[in-house]
Amino acid sequence: MTLTEFIFGRLDWNAIPYDPIVQLTFVAVALGGIALVGALTYFKLWGYLWNEWFTSVDHKKIGIMYMILGLVMLLRGFADAIMMRVQQAIAFNGSEGYLNAHHYDQIFTAHGVIMIFFVAMPWVTGLMNYVVPLQIGARDVSFPFLNNFSFWMTAGGAIITMISLFIGEYGQTGWLAFPPLSGIGASPYVGVDYYIWGLQVAGVGTTLSGINLLVTIIKMRAPGMTMMKMPIFTWTSLCTNVLIVASFPVLTVVLVLLSLDRYVGTNFFTNDLGGNPMMYVNLIWIWGHPEVYILILPLFGVFSEVVSTFTGKRLFGYTSMVYATVVITVLSYLVWLHHFFTMGSGASVNSFFGITTMIISIPTGAKIFNWLFTMYKGRIRFELPMMWTVAFMLTFTVGGMTGVLLAVPPADFVLHNSLFLIAHFHNVIIGGVVFGLFAAINFWWPKAFGFKLDPFWGKVSFWGWVVGFWVAFTPLYVLGLMGVTRRLRTFDDPSLQIWFQIAAVGAGIIAIGIGAFLIQIAVSIWKRDQLRDFTGDPWGGRTLEWATSSPPPDYNFAFTPVAHDVDAWHDMKARNYQRPTAGFAEIHMPRGTGAGVILSALAVICGFALVWYIWWLAALSFIGIVGYAIYHTFDNDRDYYIPVDEVIETERKREAQLASLKA
Amino acid sequence: MASHSHNDAHHDGHSHGSMKSYVIGFVLSVILTAIPFWLVMTGGLESRGWTVAVVVGMAVVQIIVHMIFFLHMTSSAEEGWTMTALIFTIIVVVIMLAGSIWVMYHMNTNMMPGHDMDLMSVPQ
Repeated sequence: MTLTEFIFGRLDWNAIPYDPIVQLTFVAVALGGIALVGALTYFKLWGYLWNEWFTSVDHKKIGIMYMILGLVMLLRGFADAIMMRVQQAIAFNGSEGYLNAHHYDQIFTAHGVIMIFFVAMPWVTGLMNYVVPLQIGARDVSFPFLNNFSFWMTAGGAIITMISLFIGEYGQTGWLAFPPLSGIGASPYVGVDYYIWGLQVAGVGTTLSGINLLVTIIKMRAPGMTMMKMPIFTWTSLCTNVLIVASFPVLTVVLVLLSLDRYVGTNFFTNDLGGNPMMYVNLIWIWGHPEVYILILPLFGVFSEVVSTFTGKRLFGYTSMVYATVVITVLSYLVWLHHFFTMGSGASVNSFFGITTMIISIPTGAKIFNWLFTMYKGRIRFELPMMWTVAFMLTFTVGGMTGVLLAVPPADFVLHNSLFLIAHFHNVIIGGVVFGLFAAINFWWPKAFGFKLDPFWGKVSFWGWVVGFWVAFTPLYVLGLMGVTRRLRTFDDPSLQIWFQIAAVGAGIIAIGIGAFLIQIAVSIWKRDQLRDFTGDPWGGRTLEWATSSPPPDYNFAFTPVAHDVDAWHDMKARNYQRPTAGFAEIHMPRGTGAGVILSALAVICGFALVWYIWWLAALSFIGIVGYAIYHTFDNDRDYYIPVDEVIETERKREAQLASLKA
Repeated sequence: MASHSHNDAHHDGHSHGSMKSYVIGFVLSVILTAIPFWLVMTGGLESRGWTVAVVVGMAVVQIIVHMIFFLHMTSSAEEGWTMTALIFTIIVVVIMLAGSIWVMYHMNTNMMPGHDMDLMSVPQ
């Protein structure tokens, strides 16, 4: 080993991609980054960002940071999507398209990983982080520092994944990195290692945040809020976090075993010496199926809140909704084999898992009917969150039905790995998770910032997404039924081209939807004084988060509210609730700390060093992580009291705000 | 608030056990460890299968003793949440283990005969 190899591992100048597309992207990103850093420095915002946001342990700020992370990564993931759609639309009649195989394979891998782990997961986690403590009348989560640390680990995983774009390569294996393709023999370079360490670092964050929110919901509910009086969004969040805690360790272990195969030559998933690649597929789907319910369950909660708020009615069948959620939670552990019906199990295994899969559609169907019955004879207000909800019900039902179709093993043998499958899961993930997130963002934005989002651009975004989704994915259903498989780069049959061209147009329409969403945010901030809401309850809300001001004070509630009903705030309003105006006391709050940022930065360095075999750096940064974590436990200056004068002043301003509305 | 509630958490049904319960737990685990040791060191029962069964049985009881006396996992601890979490964990772990064994057994028995290395080495 030479000295250079010792210092840099396998990192050398060849690691800079030669691809002109990547190089142009790099230049654009570098210029954008320099502009951003320059602007932050010029306006002297670094101190503000560090003190008020990066080191904050306030669940509301951490929730917003998760949402921003998800939005940034959505743009990256969507850029990948557009590139794939364009490639597939033009690579006919002998054309190779504009992406070589090495680049194209990285794009479809990165698209899947980023959209699931760094868009959907941060958005869902951010939403739960923001809303759950407010809904249960708490002042923060159970472990506020852990919350900050979890966020930064998720961000650290995203950073490792993004570095792969400019230094080295990303995996070319598909988003679940099945061996033997992901083994060291077939993938000797750094792509799969970036995949592994990006997910392992982010996985720490996801698991810890799952534990945190689980404990928060169980231990910190307002007095009177028994389990069957919890808001439905809190219920679905509880079940999602149970799933996270019970399933993410499986992913962690599977990736550890794959790393051992790649780094030290074990044979868990090789074809030799007793290894079995099929075991990897089996294990990763034991995590993978609960994962899709981790994503969708909180959004089922969002739709429930939105439907009952915008029809002005109590949710139909609250109890059945809770039981349906719990049943889905348990059943999600009994269906994983439907992802690999074709791998060679016998008829008894396949029919068992086919039937359990079909059974899951029963509680899900019950939910759809509950929403419909809630709307029945209600005074429906078609504001943006409600529009997204109706679009969800129409779109998701079709996705659910194609899912039941795929659950029939003989049908799956025809459709496995085809574009029909791609259309199906985009149908449920976009139609369910993404539509739900936009419903949630439009619904809770006024709570977070004190002004509503602009409805015009919101509607443009809505129609762009809904129409774009159908134009982009209906052709994939058609192609899948004709037998076209996924992840193809070029095509021989010219008659297929028209369908891919239509799909590319659809992706363009979705781009309009995304662009309009960004404009919606910008316009809303610009026109915030016209969109201002002083009531703190702009939609006629029903749960406790609407009982406080918008945005809520640091301490959320000056007095812990008491819940007497599922719709606690609706109940309080009906009984002419009066805000307390005296008797305030100082409030005990957790103090911010930079430890989360520092630990996560060390984890990113450690991951990067492991990817490039820079062993000394990996060892040093790992020791740094452990050492700093121990050092942090001796930091006893973790809390402070908001003085009573400050509480009185904040509450007096709130009183004046409400009085100005009556005048 | 959070650290405040953290302090409170120690008072609501979260038992740390007493000297007595720790001693009982310790004695029980010593006995449950000594019996299998003695059994194996003295040559075991007449049937090997019975020996294994007793050792495994003692191990299971040992786990339960640890959970009750050292981890304080009773049905009333933390308003029953500890027990609920335990039952859920057992269900999920049993599903994962039993399911994986069942699935992998099927995969292996359904391999195509042509891929069997022994058959390929048979002279034609």
